[in-house]
Amino acid sequence: MTTATQTAAPDGRAKKGGRPGFFTLLVANRLAAFGLAVLVMLALTALLTPFLPLAPPDITNPANRLLRPLTDGHLLGTDELGRDLFSRLMWGTRVSIAVGLSATLVAAFVGSAIGLVAGYAGGRTDNVMMRGIDMLMAFPYILLALAIVAVLGPGLMNALYAIAVVNIPFFARNIRGVTLSLAHREFVDAARLSGKGHLRILLTEVLPNVLPVIVITMSTTVGWMILETAGLSFLGLGAQPPQADLGSMLGEGRKLLFTAPHVSIIPGLMIFALVMSINLVGDGIRDVLDPRLKSGALSRPAAATAVKRDNVPPMPVAPSEAALDVQDLRTEFRVGSDVYKAVSGVSFQLRERECLGLVGESGSGKSVTAMSLLGLVPTPPGRIAGGRVLYQNRDLLESSEADLRKMRGGAFAYIFQDPLSTLHPLFTVGDQVTEAIRAHQPLSYRDAWKRAVELLEMVRIPNAAERANAYPHELSGGMRQRIAIAMALANDAEILIADEPTTALDVTVQAQILKLMDALQDDKGAALLFITHDFGVVSEICDRVAVMYGGRIVETGPTDEVLNSPAHPYTRKLIDCVPVLGEPERRLDAISGLPPAVNRLPQGCAFADRCAYVEPACREGDVALEEQAQGRAVRCIKPLKAETPEAAQ
Amino acid sequence: MLAYFLKRIVLAVPVLWGLTVIVFLIMAMIPGDPATAILGSYATPENVERLNRQLGLDRTLPEQYFIWLGNLLQGDFGRSYSLNRPVLNEVLERFNATLILAGASLLLCTVFGLLAGIVSAVRQFGWTDRIVTFFVLIGISMPSFWLGLLLILVFAVNLQWLPPSGMYAVYGGGDLADLLTHLLLPAVTLAVVATGVIARLTRASMLEVLRQDYIRTARAKGLSERRVIYRHAFKAALVGVIPVIGIQAGFVLGGAVYIETVFQWPGIGRMLVQAISTRDLLLVQGGVLVVAASYVLFNLLADMAQHALDPRLKS
Amino acid sequence: MSETTLETQGLTRIFGGGRTLFGKQKPEVHAVQGVDLKLHEGETLGIVGESGCGKSTLARMLVGLDAPTEGTIHLKGEDVTALAKGSPRGLARSIQYVFQDPVSSLNPRKTIRRILESPMRHLLGLDAGNRKQRLDELMDAVSLRREFLDRYPHEFSGGQAQRIGIARALAAEADILVLDEPVSALDVSVQAQVLNLLDDLKARFGLTYVFISHDLSVVESVSDRVAVMYFGRIVEEAASKELFARPCHPYTRLLFDSAPVPGKKGLRGEKGLAELPDPLNPPPGCSFAPRCTRAEADCQAKRPPLETKDEGRRAACFHPLENAVLERTA
Repeated sequence: MTTATQTAAPDGRAKKGGRPGFFTLLVANRLAAFGLAVLVMLALTALLTPFLPLAPPDITNPANRLLRPLTDGHLLGTDELGRDLFSRLMWGTRVSIAVGLSATLVAAFVGSAIGLVAGYAGGRTDNVMMRGIDMLMAFPYILLALAIVAVLGPGLMNALYAIAVVNIPFFARNIRGVTLSLAHREFVDAARLSGKGHLRILLTEVLPNVLPVIVITMSTTVGWMILETAGLSFLGLGAQPPQADLGSMLGEGRKLLFTAPHVSIIPGLMIFALVMSINLVGDGIRDVLDPRLKSGALSRPAAATAVKRDNVPPMPVAPSEAALDVQDLRTEFRVGSDVYKAVSGVSFQLRERECLGLVGESGSGKSVTAMSLLGLVPTPPGRIAGGRVLYQNRDLLESSEADLRKMRGGAFAYIFQDPLSTLHPLFTVGDQVTEAIRAHQPLSYRDAWKRAVELLEMVRIPNAAERANAYPHELSGGMRQRIAIAMALANDAEILIADEPTTALDVTVQAQILKLMDALQDDKGAALLFITHDFGVVSEICDRVAVMYGGRIVETGPTDEVLNSPAHPYTRKLIDCVPVLGEPERRLDAISGLPPAVNRLPQGCAFADRCAYVEPACREGDVALEEQAQGRAVRCIKPLKAETPEAAQ
Repeated sequence: MLAYFLKRIVLAVPVLWGLTVIVFLIMAMIPGDPATAILGSYATPENVERLNRQLGLDRTLPEQYFIWLGNLLQGDFGRSYSLNRPVLNEVLERFNATLILAGASLLLCTVFGLLAGIVSAVRQFGWTDRIVTFFVLIGISMPSFWLGLLLILVFAVNLQWLPPSGMYAVYGGGDLADLLTHLLLPAVTLAVVATGVIARLTRASMLEVLRQDYIRTARAKGLSERRVIYRHAFKAALVGVIPVIGIQAGFVLGGAVYIETVFQWPGIGRMLVQAISTRDLLLVQGGVLVVAASYVLFNLLADMAQHALDPRLKS
Repeated sequence: MSETTLETQGLTRIFGGGRTLFGKQKPEVHAVQGVDLKLHEGETLGIVGESGCGKSTLARMLVGLDAPTEGTIHLKGEDVTALAKGSPRGLARSIQYVFQDPVSSLNPRKTIRRILESPMRHLLGLDAGNRKQRLDELMDAVSLRREFLDRYPHEFSGGQAQRIGIARALAAEADILVLDEPVSALDVSVQAQVLNLLDDLKARFGLTYVFISHDLSVVESVSDRVAVMYFGRIVEEAASKELFARPCHPYTRLLFDSAPVPGKKGLRGEKGLAELPDPLNPPPGCSFAPRCTRAEADCQAKRPPLETKDEGRRAACFHPLENAVLERTA
């Protein structure tokens, strides 16, 4: 999805001047804040226990045995030896937290060290170290701890060692994975070229990037380790009497379950509260530190884009002759308090049997426009905020999800950019084409498969019957894109929408795919909306072209005319800044500055800041897309004339 | 495919061998003299020495290992001194009970974990999602041994619906229904944590997959949302979840130690705890080896399932 | 012609290979095979090819990021093969590298200042005062504002980040820059800015460039000489103006025919399917023969050597195109 969410969002963040602090974000998460409050309270009482006026935890008093909670002087009652449960609970919590934390620190230190070295060194070192770790992981977790305790003998320290040891593989594996991917990142190569040695790179380049992962892993495992040490104590293999941690209190209370359940329920409740608060905080930390979870990116995209239109142009009185008529389309992404206006008022007509090129740089809104037509923009965060998409005198933006589904892959078919990520990796290509057919035609699987093979033949895949059984990863990029095209042609679509279909391909393959699409479009008589950033490709395949900038069309017209005498200064510059094969002497005319961020579009012309002909009027009000001649329109108050030297060059 | 499975099975052999090495080394690290431990502190030095020779402890460590391994391969796991019977017989008998418990738990956590994960991903941020997320959080924060006690208190003591402990009723039990009523509480208790883990991962995995480009392609083809979610997204998500189910098998097998203690289930976990308290190390060793080996097999199955599902892993 | 500064002979890189535990031969892939190149002082040598042709592996070997399996590298007449194999550090003062992905080549947790200071400190051993002065010079050279020095990489756009990447390469005071697809990740409007900047820097500091790209028109516009790579080998090399005007090798011609040109229509791509040979099982003869319209029996049997054809042009073809003047019909 090369839409504005990705390209524009980092831009927007950059300008805001830094992210909110770690702590602010953590507390903003209500659950994490609650967990943090509970945890801080428990930790504080544990720290202060020695200074609190509590009954001594280990002094037995058989006369007062098994008092119920809320008895005078014994808030939580007493155990079978008459010891004050509240006091024991406080001291036990202290022990449990200390042991859990220590085990975590030991496991994190040793495990991370192993992971860092193995991941960075790679090769044989990695192999030997990780085989050892695998061996440890071949034991069921708790069983290994039991075996270690069996050897060392029961005791709190031994339980701590056992729990730390069994968690080392967990850290080692996690950290190794992250280190491995970092070690192949280009900045590590760059550091080597800067003259840094391996140890220095590991410590100053890799480690700072791994640290968040170590912290996340620690915060998500410390609760688990407290549970496990409590478990060993519960079995009588951890803390030995008279010392008590929460687990051993629970273990002692178990024998009295039927007569005095409070003796076991109370410490269990404490473990639960402790572990739960730690887990809540841990999840909070993970969400803050893991960049993938930011800005609601992990939200599930709905089946169709949300449509909440503020302004809807009136339905045209006369039916349109165009195959597709898009009027004043607006699509936004809402991330936090920012509104990214990826598409802000796009109108165009796609005529029958023609190929219209939608050209622009990344972030210009060309892909989002194409995705918006049939509600394929992910919601959240996207939504369609205005306009109409008219097809056969119906507004597609008003259609129900079921109607939309009939259109998708039926009258409209999409071809996307990267054919490896757009085909499902776990189904054969034949199956995927068959599925596309059966979504719209009442054919048996077998008949549809036959039809699919015919389609593969049509896009000139050799041995189509055999290749239909291949999985996408077994085919080359060009072959995969042919499959995608076959899928789009499965139901004789009237309108094909191709979103940078050749951008990920090599030139020789691109040439073939372009020729194929050109021929098939002619053959099928379909209209083609072709999205690209490459004017060369436009010339090859498009009859008309619309140039986009900052979420709007700035110029449109027949391909030859726009290319030979562009009227908008941006179009002119965009053509001039690309070297042309066979004309190496041509001067490259770079455009200074950067494209505008679509969450802070300027008033007036979006190109004004980079334009050589800018004047105050450009920034004053909205510039309309005005028709210059038959079929040519430009959004500029001072369009370039064909005679001016700049345009005639 | 078959060739791959055979290769995997062959590759499991070194892992199993590694297990024996680790177990042997752990046991060899035990401080103190086994002969003294067996004979007690009143034994004469001559007796200790003779027993040491009988036990082969005067040889080098590698020699000891290979003799020990040879014995293992012949089914001789030694003799439990606390029970006074061959370790293997005891272990296999107990393992049977553990397998029933762990198998039932694994089934429960897989089914409910996957279901909960899918539902909560599909209804992201809705009420179902919140409820699932809440229970998952409770599940993974709950000490299972404590949960077991609570369940006994509620369902066995107060409501008296289910038996509090054991595997069969002492009088007149022994049929399947009897086993199931005894199995229900411990199996559920043991499954809670793993269910939470699987549900969480399934949810995350589904959400990740649903943002992939090929899901957009599926929608662009005009497939129904049900097909998109249950065929396209779920299959891809499952590839990531299966290894974790394999790992959960380890947690369930290990967690059985607590649950068997709480519910007096006559399984291998309870046996191990008793063996550790009585320092019956041969019994510990036999138990650990058998459970670990079964875990290796579980993981082998998970691995094969993943390979059957994901054609990319073949090349 | 000016002096040769960098020269490779029979440079080869094989991935994989070796034997398994049971003595079975592991599959090996010849990423780069027998590349002979001469780089003259002050020129820009373009290397062009499609994905999988080995151009990036070649580039990495030139700076010591990857160790050649066979072959030698001479720098100013001195054999530096051993140096390059040891670590990039040995060559880093003479040859530097600019990465394709500008953002991922900057450590996200370091300020620009620390990134740029690193080569000055570790390669040149400059003291704090000199470093500060040099930093200001560098930022001016790549036309970035000095206050950017204390920002983090994520605050920059792709074009700005690539300027920083270039500044880092300059910081080591090397006179040869290997540029590996330096503008491929950038938008066209920004791409031109960076290309112009590279041009300025070259003139100003007397640099020598190895410019690697898949984009024919970009390579043609920046290079003095261009080498075309296919399947791990150089198939043709000529002066930039000559190469596409009169291609010798059919693959060069195919590339030219396949590149779309603004304002012109009518690509003449090949008829069959454009598939590369299986790298695990390469054909014995010319690797382009299966796709070549001029292929004959000898092409399949024997590999054509890279021979000097006429002045300043080398090509590896038994049946080269003769005097084919290329022109695109409008």
